[in-house]
Amino acid sequence: MSAEYKIAGDRGIVVEFENEISEKVNSKVRNMFLAIEKSEIKGVEEVIPTYRSLLVLYDPLVINGMDLLTELKALEKNIKPTEIEKPKTIEIPVVYGGKFGPDLEFVAQHNNLSVEEVIKIHTERKYLIYMLGFTPGFPYLGGMSKKIATPRLENPRTKIPEGSVGIAGNQTGIYPIESPGGWRLIGRTPLKLFDPYGKQPFLLQAGDYLKFVSVNEQHYHSIKAQVENGSYTVKIIQ
Amino acid sequence: MDTIRIIEPGPLTTIQDKGRKGYQRFGMPVAGAMDLFSYTVANLLVGNNDGDAAIEFTLQGPKMEFLKNAVIAVTGADAAPFIDGKPVAMWQSLFVKKGSIISFGSLKTGLRGYIAVRGGIDVPLVMGSRSTYLRAKLGGLDGRKLASGDVIKVYETSNSVPFKERILPKHLIPRYKNEAEIRVILGPQDELFENESIDVFLSSMYEVTPQSDRMGYRLKGPIIEHKESADIISDGIPLGAIQVPGHGQPIIMLADRQTTGGYAKIATVISVDLNKITQLKPGDKIKFTKTTLEEAREAIIAQHKIFEELKTKPKTVQPAKLYRIVVSGKEFFVKVEEINQSGC
Repeated sequence: MSAEYKIAGDRGIVVEFENEISEKVNSKVRNMFLAIEKSEIKGVEEVIPTYRSLLVLYDPLVINGMDLLTELKALEKNIKPTEIEKPKTIEIPVVYGGKFGPDLEFVAQHNNLSVEEVIKIHTERKYLIYMLGFTPGFPYLGGMSKKIATPRLENPRTKIPEGSVGIAGNQTGIYPIESPGGWRLIGRTPLKLFDPYGKQPFLLQAGDYLKFVSVNEQHYHSIKAQVENGSYTVKIIQ
Repeated sequence: MDTIRIIEPGPLTTIQDKGRKGYQRFGMPVAGAMDLFSYTVANLLVGNNDGDAAIEFTLQGPKMEFLKNAVIAVTGADAAPFIDGKPVAMWQSLFVKKGSIISFGSLKTGLRGYIAVRGGIDVPLVMGSRSTYLRAKLGGLDGRKLASGDVIKVYETSNSVPFKERILPKHLIPRYKNEAEIRVILGPQDELFENESIDVFLSSMYEVTPQSDRMGYRLKGPIIEHKESADIISDGIPLGAIQVPGHGQPIIMLADRQTTGGYAKIATVISVDLNKITQLKPGDKIKFTKTTLEEAREAIIAQHKIFEELKTKPKTVQPAKLYRIVVSGKEFFVKVEEINQSGC
């Protein structure tokens, strides 16, 4: 099915695929995103890919919105998914439990599992990064096992440290910056998801996958030191 | 170079430019000047590039001391600026001497003002922009609003041509009122609303509530009903998008808006009318009217022409005539100049 196109003011066009959250639909978003990026259509300023759509933002002094719409439709028609590079999987080291994951035991009890089983389930699959939003660098992840689903805290914490990994309902996620929140915290990553002063301010991008890997506290600190002095290389599984 | 010392900052004074572009797909809000017309004109009046950083103040202008000679322009809300206690004109460039103090009376109309300084405010670029984004504490001066005692640096201007004072032609100065007619383009999710709801939206008056800030303006008025639900699968939010959550009251998304959201968007404010919205205060009223993409684009082109004219062939201020008068042996100097009085 081809996309629907909608006018979003005098600087934006929305490209919409099927109205559902699925890996299949999100891969169409990714393909279209990469096609627009490659096309270098003059006047396109930036593109925000989301679960099932893209917001294409343009400069109306450079391109007329209706002309852009025609170009986008032509572009979509000519996408050859087989020629598009496969998404990457980014390895996220996490120290689980203890002071880094104060709710890990609750998540285990709630689901009649051992702490080790929760970690095993959380780390065994890879998660699609559907989109980034909410706060800078926050990934909306899909595909967590229902076996470790846990409701949010009734009273959200006022301060959650940067890098915290949590569960809310059947979603899992990572807090890129210190913020308040109600997610059940099960661990913490030493990686920086958002570094405004770094060469690459963001670690993740929509359409890629991530996989959590359990590390011990000592390992966490050594990775953190490397991240801080710039010597850490993020592991990418192709 | 250290140029300005803040004596009293006012309630919300920040450094802004055109905003942080290119990172919205990572969830990074744009920020930037709320009233891009006033901001751009201020820069052009002092011979800056239109993307140089300037000072944005809200509700009350800051009291500041100049630590060196400077050329400045004040635009936006009618903020009653004074230099060394004497009223000065807005919407034109002004020479300010080292040691002078700029201060402001109370706002007459509008809400936000801009002070551009020739050379542009010198703060580090963060992700390609100097705009302050308060929620992530980045950009501008240490990611925060200005405070008493802050010293602000200004770049040396690279332009060596002697500067002639510039002025925005009087008929181009915006008049801010307590009621604004705001043009919108319906969509991107207008199909999620009943036709009657769209009629309500386009025929009613909406009031700006106190829960309005740089992120968005929350309005109050007749309820806009959805066909089924207010929720959509989260998608990108363009500047000026009008979200309608389940309670049926519209929210206009502005400079500091989050990049994505899950509420249906009934319409999007056209670019040039955002300048009017961002000058409205709580209690002010908005009436939305429908327009077309073509008309919106023409308005952008017309606005761009004003900027181009200011850039390439600005109107200059008539030089003042200086008279020497001797009264009873005492010597007085009297300066006679055309002043740019607002409201005529």
